[in-house]
Amino acid sequence: MMQEGLDDGPDFLSEEDRGPRAVNVDLQTDATLQVDISDALSERDKVKFTVHTKSTLPNFKQNEFSVVRQHEEFIWLHDSFVENEEYAGYIIPPAPPRPDFDASREKLQKLGEGEGSMTKEEFTKMKQELEAEYLAIFKKTVAMHEVFLCRVAAHPVLRKDMNFHVFLEYNQDLSVRGKNKREKMEDFFKNVVKSADGVLVAGVKDVDDFFEHEKTFLLEYHNRVKDASSKSDRMIRSHKSVADDINRIASTLYTLGTQDSTDVCKFFLKVSELFEKTRKIEARVAADEDLKLADLLKYYLRESQAAKDLLYRRGRALVDYENANKALDKARAKNKDVLQAETSQQVCCQKFEKISESAKQELIDFKTRRVAAFRKNLVELAELELKHAKGNLQLLQSCVGVLKGDT
Amino acid sequence: MAASSPRNPPPLRGAENQDPLSEMADEDSDEGEDIFVGNSNPVAESFQPDTANGEEPADLFSEEETSTAVNSSITTFKSNGVHSDNENDLFAEVSVELSMENPSTTAKTSGAEFTPSLTLSATQPRSMEQLEEEKDEDSFDMDVAVTNPEKIGDGMNAYMAYKVSTRTTLPMFRNRTFSVWRRFSDFLGLYEKLSVKHSLNGCIIPPPPEKSVVGMTKVKVGKEDSSSADFVERRRAALERYLQRVVCHPSLLQDPDVREFLERDELPRAVGTHTLSGAGFLKMINRASDAVSKMTIKISYSDAWFDNKLQEVESEDLQLRKLHAVVDSLVNHRKELCGNTAVFAKSMAMLGNSEDNTALSRALSQLAEVEDKMETLHQEQAASDFFILAELLADYIRLLGAVRGCFEQRMKTWQRWQEAQSTLQKKREVEAKLLWANKPDKLQQAKEEITEWEGKVTQYERDFDRISVTVRKEFLRFEKEKSKDFKSQIVKYLESLLQSQQRLVMFWEAFLPEAKAIA
Repeated sequence: MMQEGLDDGPDFLSEEDRGPRAVNVDLQTDATLQVDISDALSERDKVKFTVHTKSTLPNFKQNEFSVVRQHEEFIWLHDSFVENEEYAGYIIPPAPPRPDFDASREKLQKLGEGEGSMTKEEFTKMKQELEAEYLAIFKKTVAMHEVFLCRVAAHPVLRKDMNFHVFLEYNQDLSVRGKNKREKMEDFFKNVVKSADGVLVAGVKDVDDFFEHEKTFLLEYHNRVKDASSKSDRMIRSHKSVADDINRIASTLYTLGTQDSTDVCKFFLKVSELFEKTRKIEARVAADEDLKLADLLKYYLRESQAAKDLLYRRGRALVDYENANKALDKARAKNKDVLQAETSQQVCCQKFEKISESAKQELIDFKTRRVAAFRKNLVELAELELKHAKGNLQLLQSCVGVLKGDT
Repeated sequence: MAASSPRNPPPLRGAENQDPLSEMADEDSDEGEDIFVGNSNPVAESFQPDTANGEEPADLFSEEETSTAVNSSITTFKSNGVHSDNENDLFAEVSVELSMENPSTTAKTSGAEFTPSLTLSATQPRSMEQLEEEKDEDSFDMDVAVTNPEKIGDGMNAYMAYKVSTRTTLPMFRNRTFSVWRRFSDFLGLYEKLSVKHSLNGCIIPPPPEKSVVGMTKVKVGKEDSSSADFVERRRAALERYLQRVVCHPSLLQDPDVREFLERDELPRAVGTHTLSGAGFLKMINRASDAVSKMTIKISYSDAWFDNKLQEVESEDLQLRKLHAVVDSLVNHRKELCGNTAVFAKSMAMLGNSEDNTALSRALSQLAEVEDKMETLHQEQAASDFFILAELLADYIRLLGAVRGCFEQRMKTWQRWQEAQSTLQKKREVEAKLLWANKPDKLQQAKEEITEWEGKVTQYERDFDRISVTVRKEFLRFEKEKSKDFKSQIVKYLESLLQSQQRLVMFWEAFLPEAKAIA
């Protein structure tokens, strides 16, 4: 099974980032299907992704081609997997979250409205900040959509899916509209039923130790990842606020420093410059934490949910199988509709066994992927934190040296 | 952090001391205001500004003391009880430190020669301003510290007593080291007495910290939580800075009330301070200044300088307030970050527990520990933000208020002179009329009144000139101190940031191998 970490992802603020970055798919032994998002365009209320495919598979007309897709079409693809009974035994790669620029747009708008109340320098600075933020969110959403596609492309069964091929190749609009209100309500009820059912199914004790263990494990793990994810978001937000404050301190010190040309004013100017630099680093620390930690947790929140869903489907199949067994016994006892009961029991049995078999492998692979992804991200996180702390340290040391030397 | 190892004391200049010392002594003997004070006590509670010295620009000693102060202050920051030892220890430590450098008296007076280039300028005054500045280069040893806050009494009648310790070589004090116990209202009382006496001369009188009913009530009621501990520490540090500024001021130090405050065992309870705090007094000054500025004022020859300076003060006040607001916001956000980090650390630990891959589980627990350490780091940094930066700004916002009051005093004096002149004019007109009307007895009275008012006019003019000189001198001194204060405090703050980053590097360096060990 192919490994897919949460991407070597675009290091949003690194200088070397230029254009598209293919996700690092480690163990891919054959390059017969490579998918990436080579470009993206952000329009008023939607994002257009250019999905680029390279493939030697015979089913495609060309070896290399691109199409333009929107978020709804990704969701359509994901849902088609979920609804496909054949894939009941697999962990369906979680759908990418909807691109959400609302917050960022709102901030830009507020900035525009407040333009009169701040100095030109402040305004330009803040504008640059917000634009950088917008760009970061944009890159993130591209990465998440890309990861989804790559996971599908790496999965030995899902990559052969017809809908997937259509998604990749059909260069017209898929005419997949977003769900309207009624369909959304239907979805909502479906989910309610599913979770109620899920509770019932989860209550059934599994004979198989492996699955029983996985069930308990996943439940707890999922909840804790959820908690960790929201707490990490909050922490990183505070961090960003701190960086913003340092920014404002730098500006005010600059104003103080330009009032005169006395000793102390020159001092203020130097300190202001220092704070400008340190806050850039602080902002990067927050951004890197976001990328390597918060995003990692968010992704595994979604994947662990997908794994739970798999277990649920298997559990459902088990319950169906057991019910079919009971029905068969009853039929045999009454000697009525025995053949029917037998067939249905066979079907249930096959379904259950098929799911069980692939589920086991899926869950093992999930573990491997998870460990690898965490390792990669934690190492990168630590390295980045170190890099930034050392950078900060150097700045501070040299500035303090200069300032002390002056006095 | 740059190591602050004690420098080798420069060779003791025995004989050489005499000449520059006596030279300066000659200049000194003219005016009583030249007794200056030495460095603030470096070992005394954390985060003091180096306000206590009006000494020469060669801040070599203050540098060193500042950095050692940072060292001790980082570690002793939270412990109010550092000085619960005997008062002797307090200064014993100090004297040990000082002996590692030059003995302070000789050091400070020979300070000018320690940097030869400055000595030259010191002994060749070219302008009035330079003359004013060099007189600051003399210094005498004088350290004050405010320590050991103790709660006396119970319930709503309780109050905090603070130990005020002085160490000095000035002859006007009875002993060399001594301490007394004072309460907050005593400090306010001192301020009031000084204001009454000196503000009319145009002195910039350092304002004391503000009253806080809420803060004190918590303390009285006996709430033993971190916020009341913070409040007490904040107040103690503020009182210390206040006193240091007072003793640093050449004229105020001479005031017998100050001496009494420092020396006398039992001080009569200051009355009226419950209604009049520093803030209240400042409000009065501000109201008066508004009234004065509304009157039309003739521009006289030196007004340009004063007008400029007043404008500078006002725009600086604006910027400092802005800065203070942002620093406040920073403190709050950092505290928030601290809390959120703690919560995150816990949830990470939980996640590590759930994780069934042993190596990853271990790494996650380690990450949780790193985040825990970061929480402590953030907390300490927030305290630095507050005690070094925010309080510095708050102090100077109050001080600028006092400076404005000072300028307004001068305006009032000018006003009085102008009014006397117009009264004199009127009296002369009356005399002229009487001459015309030929009423000899009333004429005599009128002539007497004229003489009286002529006297007053001369007096007021002299007053005005005098106060102008004082205000000018005070302002220059203030600017110098402010510059020094800001520089030293900000450097201290940067050093605290530096330390934080160093610790951060340590934490992550320890974590990295754990992360790499995941398999």
